[in-house]
Amino acid sequence: MKLLFELSSADKKLDLIPDCDVKSYGLEEKYLRKEKPALPELSEVDLSRHYTELCKQTFGVNDGFYPLGSCTMKYNPRIDEEMASLRDFTDVHPLQGEESIQGSMEVLYRTQELLCEITGMDEMSLQPAAGAHGEYTGLLLIRRYHQARHDEERVNIIVPDSAHGTNPASAVMAGFKVINVPSNADGGVDLDELRKVVGKDTAGLMLTNPNTLGLFDPNILKITKIIHEAGGLCYYDGANLNAIMGRVRPGDMGFDCIHLNLHKTFGTPHGGGGPGSGPVGCKDFLKDYLPMETVRKEDDRFVFHNAEHSLGRVRSYYGNFLVIVKALTYILTLGKEGIIASSGKAVLNANYMMNALKKCYDVAYDKTCMHEFVLCLEGLKKETGVSAMDIAKASLDYGVHPPTMYFPLIVHEALMFEPTETESKEVIDEAIAVYTKLYQLAHEDPEYLHAAPHDQPIGRPNETEAARNPILRYQKEC
Amino acid sequence: MFKNPEELKYAKTHEWLKEEDGVYVVGLTDFAQDALGDVVFVNLPAVDDEVKAGESLGDIESVKAVSDVFSPVTGRVVEVNEEVADNPALVNEDPYAAWLIKVADVTEFEELLDAAAYAEHCEQEG
Amino acid sequence: MGNYIPDTAAIRKEMLQAIGKESIDALYEDVPSNVRLKELHIPEGKTEMAVASAVKKIASRNKVYDSLFRGAGAYRHYIPAIVKGIVSKEEFLTAYTPYQAEISQGVLQSIFEYQTQICELTGLDVSNASVYDGAVAAAEAIFMTIEKNKTEALVSGAIDPRVLEVIKTYGESRNVTITVTDDLYKTDAAKLQDLISENTACVLVQSPNYYGVIEDVEEIVSIAHEKKVRVIESVNPISLGLLKSPGELGVDIAVGEGQPLGMPLSCGGPYLGFMAATKELTRKLPGRIVGQTTDHDGRRCFVLTLQAREQHIRREKASSNICSNEALCAMTASVYLAALGPEGLQKVAKNCYDHAHYLKDSLASIGFKPANEEPFFHEFLTESPIDPVLLEQKLKEKGILIGLVMGDKILWCATELNEKEDIDRLIDAIREVI
Repeated sequence: MKLLFELSSADKKLDLIPDCDVKSYGLEEKYLRKEKPALPELSEVDLSRHYTELCKQTFGVNDGFYPLGSCTMKYNPRIDEEMASLRDFTDVHPLQGEESIQGSMEVLYRTQELLCEITGMDEMSLQPAAGAHGEYTGLLLIRRYHQARHDEERVNIIVPDSAHGTNPASAVMAGFKVINVPSNADGGVDLDELRKVVGKDTAGLMLTNPNTLGLFDPNILKITKIIHEAGGLCYYDGANLNAIMGRVRPGDMGFDCIHLNLHKTFGTPHGGGGPGSGPVGCKDFLKDYLPMETVRKEDDRFVFHNAEHSLGRVRSYYGNFLVIVKALTYILTLGKEGIIASSGKAVLNANYMMNALKKCYDVAYDKTCMHEFVLCLEGLKKETGVSAMDIAKASLDYGVHPPTMYFPLIVHEALMFEPTETESKEVIDEAIAVYTKLYQLAHEDPEYLHAAPHDQPIGRPNETEAARNPILRYQKEC
Repeated sequence: MFKNPEELKYAKTHEWLKEEDGVYVVGLTDFAQDALGDVVFVNLPAVDDEVKAGESLGDIESVKAVSDVFSPVTGRVVEVNEEVADNPALVNEDPYAAWLIKVADVTEFEELLDAAAYAEHCEQEG
Repeated sequence: MGNYIPDTAAIRKEMLQAIGKESIDALYEDVPSNVRLKELHIPEGKTEMAVASAVKKIASRNKVYDSLFRGAGAYRHYIPAIVKGIVSKEEFLTAYTPYQAEISQGVLQSIFEYQTQICELTGLDVSNASVYDGAVAAAEAIFMTIEKNKTEALVSGAIDPRVLEVIKTYGESRNVTITVTDDLYKTDAAKLQDLISENTACVLVQSPNYYGVIEDVEEIVSIAHEKKVRVIESVNPISLGLLKSPGELGVDIAVGEGQPLGMPLSCGGPYLGFMAATKELTRKLPGRIVGQTTDHDGRRCFVLTLQAREQHIRREKASSNICSNEALCAMTASVYLAALGPEGLQKVAKNCYDHAHYLKDSLASIGFKPANEEPFFHEFLTESPIDPVLLEQKLKEKGILIGLVMGDKILWCATELNEKEDIDRLIDAIREVI
C-alpha cells in the first residue's frame, strides 16, 4: 500500500488553525528556516482511510489469541482507557503546582501503595517509562547502596543465562560488569555455579522468577541467601509477575528491589511497542536513593517527596502518568480476589495448553509450569526440516499470533507460549488444534510450512537485505 | 564440507591467518561464515589500533546474531578491508578473499592449527 | 468481584482434571510453603460502575486551567480531532512491538512514516522509532558520541533543568563526565571554545533554550566541529515550522520532547523522545529502527532492522538497554504532522511566535520587564513588579495559570491557543491584582 508521502498532493489540506489575531512580529533572517519541511499533505478523508488501511494490517489483542511468551498479552479493558482519557487527567500541566494536581498525586500515591503491597516492597517510584528503564533504575539503587557504604569493589551483577537481554544490557548501562551463571538440568539457577561466582565483587543478582522457561525456581530462598551472604543485593525482574501475583511476593522471597511492567501484568495496552510503565520498588533500606518525586500523604494532602540521597531523575516528571491511571483502574477493578484468580487462571491455562501440546511436541522442561512454557522443536527440525520459525509463521494463517521464537537462548528451536488468564478454554482448545495440525503438516508437507505464511498481507520479508542496505526513510524519486 | 586452504593457519575461534611480507592478514573461515548465516555488518578496528592475541578485534553481525571476531595475533592494525565493510556479503561469498584486517609489528600469536587439525576441530564443534 | 477471566468455575475444574491436578493451588508446588502469601491486603474488587465513579472522584481533585501561560518543557497545543480518533483504534492500541512483520505492517509502516517525518522536520538523515522522552533522548544522544578517548559532554547551562538531571544520572553510571557551562539565559559560544578539551566528545545545546531564547547554534557548530567535537541540539519540534532545522544548522544529532506534536499535557506523560542523526551515526542510534525491504514475492514491506545493535541480540554489549519505547506516541506525532502538513505546522509555529511576542509587549506595558532582549520563540523570562508567588495565587483564583515562577522571575509561554482575547484577559486580571 502507499505511504503517506505517496498520497500527498499540494492542493489537499485540512483547515485546522485560524489566522493569527495579533500583528505579525519579525525575526532575523538568519534564524528562519529556508524551506518548509516536506511533510505530506492530505485531505482528512484520505488521512483517515490511510490509517484504517494500516489498522487492517495490524494484529491487536482483539484480533485473536496472542500467546506471545514473556509479553503477557492479556485483554486490555476499555474502562481503563476511558478513565485515562478523563480531561481532568489529560489536560493538567505537570508543573502547575501540588495543590492543583491533588487528583493526579492521589493516583500516584494509591498506585505506589497497592504495588508495594502486591510485591512486598516498602517504597515505589513510578517514574521509569518501561521495563528496561525500570531495570536500569533499580540497578542504580544497588549502585548507590554500595557507593554509600564505600564498598566500591562490588562491580559484578550476576545474571542467569536464561535472562531477558535487557538484564545484561541494563547492568552495563548502570556501570556494572555482567557475570553469567548457567542453568541447571531443571531449568533453575545452578547453585554450585552460583556459589562459585559470588564474592566480595558481587554487587547483586538479577533474577526473573518464574524465569523465562516459565519455571518457578524452587531454590529461590537459597539463591537469595547465597547473594545476601556474599554482601550482594537481589533484584527481581517483574516481567513474569503475572504468574504469582497475590500468591507469593518478591519481597518475601528475599528480593531487595524490583521493577514491574504495568503493560504486562496490570493490563495496560502495549501500543505497538509503548508507552509502557516500569515502576521500581525497594525495601526500606534503599528508599533514600529512589528517583526524585515520589508521592507521600500528609494528613489529607498529597505532597512530592525527594529522597535524601536520590539517584536523581531517569526521565522528566513523574512517569507515564496516563498508563498509571489505567493500571490503577485495573487493580481497583480486580481487587484482591481478582488478582489471585487472574494469576491462577494464567497458570492453569499454560499448564492445560502445555499438557495438550506435549502429546506431539517436546517440552523443554517437562514439569508443572507457571504462566508460560517452552517447546523445543530441535527434534522436529531434525526429523522434518521444519523449524520453530516455520511453525510460528504458519500459525498466522490460522488466526493465532505466533509465540515468542528462539528465546530463551538456552533452548534450541524454542517456541515460548504464554496464554494469559483472559483466554477461555475454548480459545485455547482451538489453538491446541492449530498447533497439532501444524505438527502433522510438518511431516506431510514441510515445503508448505517453509513458505508460510500464505494468506497474510505480505510473505516473509527479506531481513538480510533490509540490514545490508538500510532504507530507513522515504525518499522521493528524482 | 568446508573449504580450509592448506596454506593458511587457523585459530580455534574460526579466524584464518596468512603472512604476507611480515604483515599478517586476518579473516573469517568458511565454517564461521556458514554458522553465522547472512552477514549484514562487520565492525572492524581502525588503522593504528592495537589488537591482542585472543582478544576481540571487533564483531560481525547477521540479522539475528552478533559474534566477536578474535585476533589471532598481537600487533598494530595497518589496513582495514573497506570493501568488506561496505559490502559484508563478501564474507559469505568467499571468506578467504574477504580478509578483514592486516596487522604489523606482530609480537604474539594465539595457538594456531593447520588445515587438517582445524577441520577436525570443526568436526568436533559441528 | 471484577476480573476478565472468561471461564466458569466448572470449566476451570474440567481443565484441572485434564492435567491431573486437584486445584489451582497445587500448580504452585514449587513455591516454598513458608513464603506463600496468606492474605493480600488490598481492597476487594469492584464493579465497573463503582470503579468509574471512584476514579472520576479522584480526577475531580485536579484543576484544569483553561487559560494557561505555562510551558517550561510541556506545552498545550490544539490537538486535531483526527489524531485522537486514529491512535485510539484498538489494533494500534493493543498490538505488541512489531516483531512479526507479516501481521504488523500497519505499525511498521507508520513508524517508517514517522521516521521520515522526523528526518524532514529536523533536516537530518536518520531517525529511530522513539525513546521514552526528550530528556532520555538527550542522554542517549550524548552516549552516541562517546568514544574510548572522548568521554566528556559539554552541556549548556541554559537547557531544561530536568533534562540536565537525567543527563547527569545517565552520565554518572556510564562514566561520562558531564560539564555544565555557567551560561544563564543564553549559551556563550565563544566561551565554549575554551571549555572544549581533548576529552570532549560533544556539546549539547537546547534551542529555543529553557528560557525561550533562540541560540546561535551555527556559531556553536563551527567552533565545535573545528575541534572535531559533535553537536547535539535539543529542539522544540513545533519551532521547526519556523526556525532553521538542525540539519540546516549543521548539527550532528537532534533530539527533543515530542509531546507538543499532538500529545496532551497528561501531568507529564506519556511523552515522546525523538532522535535524528546524520547518516554516519546510524548504527549508533539506540532502540528500534524500521527499514524498508521486500518479501519473497517482491512486494515492498517494512521490518525492524539493524537489530543486532539491540539488547535482545547484543545483550551486555548493546549500546542501550531500551526495549519498549513510545510507539503509540510516535504514531500520534506522525498523524499530527500529517494532519497539519507543512503549512499547518508553519502556521502553528508562527502563531505561537506572534502570540508570545504580543504577550511580552502586553506584559511589558504593565511593568513586567523582560529579563533579556535576546530573540525568542514562544517563551520568555520577565521580572515581576509584585511577588510572583502572590501573583500566581491570585490568578489561580481567577482560573488563570501564569508562567512558571522562578525565584523573583516568571517564565511565560504562549501557543496558538493563547489568542488575543486570552492574553488581554490575563493582562486585565493582573491589573486587578497590582
